[in-house]
Amino acid sequence: MSAGEMDARDLRARSSRGGLRAGGLRAAVRDTAVLTGRNLVHMAREPLRLSDVTIQPVLFTLLFIYVLGAGIVLPGGAYTQYAIAGLLAMNLVTSAIGTAVGLSEDLGSGVIDRFRTLPMWKPAVLVGRSLTDLLTAALCGAIVVATGLVVGWRPHSDPGSVLAGFALFLLFSYALSWGCACIGLFTGDAESAQGLGLVILFPLAIVSDALVPTQRMPAVVRAIAQWNPVSAVTTASRKLLGNPDAAGAVHAWPLQHPVLAAIIWSLAMLAVFAPLAAWLYRRQTSD
Amino acid sequence: MTTEPVIKARGLRKRFGRTVALDGLDLEAHAGTVLGVLGPNGAGKTTAVRILTTLSAPDAGQARVAGYDVVREPAGVQRQIGVAAQDATVDGVLTGRQNLVMIGRLSGLSRSAARARTGELLSEFSLDDAGDRVVKTYSGGMRRRLDLAAALISRPPVLFLDEPTTGLDPVSRQRMWDVIRSLVAEGTTLLLTTQYLDEADELADRIVVIDHGRAIADGTAAQLKREVGGGRLEVTLSEPHADAATALAPFVSGPVTVSADRRHLRAPVTSGGGLATTVVRALDAAQITVEDVQVRPPSLDDVFFALTGSAAPGGDDDQPALAEAA
Repeated sequence: MSAGEMDARDLRARSSRGGLRAGGLRAAVRDTAVLTGRNLVHMAREPLRLSDVTIQPVLFTLLFIYVLGAGIVLPGGAYTQYAIAGLLAMNLVTSAIGTAVGLSEDLGSGVIDRFRTLPMWKPAVLVGRSLTDLLTAALCGAIVVATGLVVGWRPHSDPGSVLAGFALFLLFSYALSWGCACIGLFTGDAESAQGLGLVILFPLAIVSDALVPTQRMPAVVRAIAQWNPVSAVTTASRKLLGNPDAAGAVHAWPLQHPVLAAIIWSLAMLAVFAPLAAWLYRRQTSD
Repeated sequence: MTTEPVIKARGLRKRFGRTVALDGLDLEAHAGTVLGVLGPNGAGKTTAVRILTTLSAPDAGQARVAGYDVVREPAGVQRQIGVAAQDATVDGVLTGRQNLVMIGRLSGLSRSAARARTGELLSEFSLDDAGDRVVKTYSGGMRRRLDLAAALISRPPVLFLDEPTTGLDPVSRQRMWDVIRSLVAEGTTLLLTTQYLDEADELADRIVVIDHGRAIADGTAAQLKREVGGGRLEVTLSEPHADAATALAPFVSGPVTVSADRRHLRAPVTSGGGLATTVVRALDAAQITVEDVQVRPPSLDDVFFALTGSAAPGGDDDQPALAEAA
C-alpha cells in the first residue's frame, strides 16, 4: 500500500502495532538523562553563569572566615571549624536560584513548545532540571569543602558520618531546588525569578545558625532561626562531621533532633514543592 | 470503504479573554495531501495549529489527527506528527546537531539512529557546515530549516508547518518550497498555514481560507477562482485619455481603477469570452488609442477580496501578495 492510499485508521493501526518507542520507565529515564545532558551543555557553554557555585563559594568562605569570623568569638571552638557547615548551607541555598532562572528562561524560549509536541516523558523537563541542580550543588559543596580544607577546617568523625553529613546537604538542596522551580514557574521570566528568588533565599540562609549561633538573636528572630530548616540541616551536619555546634543549649525541637528534623524538612519540602511545580508547569504551558 | 481524513477538525472554538480566536472552524486533510490554511494575521491560523498539535485545548469542538483525539489521546497524536512552529522552537544555546540529536532521542530514536538521522537531515537541508555551530549564530533561513529538520527527525507521517516562509528572503523561500514539495512527493500529509496567496496556490492541494476564526471558503485553487467568477480586465493606453474609464464602464462588473500615470486601467469582469475584442472596438470608436488589452483569470488575491471584502494581507491594490511585503 502506498502512502497516498493510507488513511487515519491505517496510521493509527500502524502506530499501535509497533510504535516508535519502548514505553515506561526506560523512556522516562532516557528522556530525563537527555534533558539533564542538555542543561549541562548549557552550563559548559556559559561557564560564567556557574560562578555562583564555583567562584562565589571560595569568596564567601574566605570572607566569612577571615573578615567576619575574626570578630566572632565562639565558646569552645574556632570559628573556622564551626563555619564550614554553615557556609556549605549558605552557598547551596543561594545558588539554588539557578533552578528558578533556568526554568523561567526555558519557558520564555519556545523550546518548551517543542518538547510538548514530542512523544516524550513530559515530567523530564522538571526532573531533568532538578537533577542538573543536584549536580551543581555537589560541585558547589566540593568547592566549599576544598576551600575549607585549605583554611584549616577538618572533619572529626568516621568516614560514614562525614558522607552522611554531605548527603544530608544534597538531599536538602534537591528539595530546595523544587521550591526554586516553583519560583521560576510562578514568575515565568528570568529577571523576576532572580529577584523573587533572592528575596526568599537570602533571609532563609541568613536567619539561621549557619553563620552565627542563634542564642543572642532577638527572641522573634531566634525562634524563626531555630525552626528554619537551614539550621536543622547545618546543625545535623556539624554533628555528623564532628564539628563544634552551638545548639546544645537550645531547646527548640529541631535543634535537639537535627538529623531527623533535617530529613523531615527535606521530605516535606519535596512533598509540597514537586506537585506544586508540576501544577505550575501545566498552568504556565496551557492556554 | 471511505477513507478517514488524517486531519479532521469539527467546530473548533477558542477564545482568549474577550478575543475570539476560533469561531467554529472545520478542517480536513486526506492522506498524502497538502491542506493550505490561508488567512491574514490574527485569522486564527496559529491557534488552529496549536490545537491540532496538542499544545492548546479547544473550548469546544473536536479534532482528530491520524485517528487520535487531540484532547483525549495527545500521546497518540504526538507519535504521528512533526511540527515546525512559526517561532523557532529549537535551543539557541545548543548546536544544530545537538538540537536534532536531542529531539530525535526525545522522539524515541536510539542514540545511533538519532545521530544517523541528524547527519542525513543536516546535509539534506544544507546545514552540514553550520551543524556544529551554536544555533544563536544562525540566520533566519537557517533556523527555519533547522526547525523543519527537527520536525522531520522521526519521519512523521503528518506534518504541521505554521507559516514556514514568513520573514524569509526570496531565495530561502524558494528553497523551502522545494523541500516541502519533496516531502509531499514522499506521501507526507501536510497542513501548511500561510498568509501568502501564491504560496498556497503553489503548494496546496486544497485551500481553506479563514478569517476571524472561521472558514470562509474551501476548495482547490481552481475552484476558489471559479467561485469568484470572471476575471480582471487590464487595459494599457498609448497615452492618457479622460474618457477611458467611462468608456470601459459598460463592460465591467466593478469599479475601474486608474494608475498614477493614467495609462493603465483595470476592473473586474464577469466573463472573458471575446471581451478583449469588444473592448478594443469600443475604445477605438471613442478615439482612445490602445496599446494592450488583456483579460486575466482571477488571482487568489481577487478571491480573498471577494470573500472578505477587504484587501488581501500583504498585498497592495494591484499586486498579488508578495513575500517582500511582510
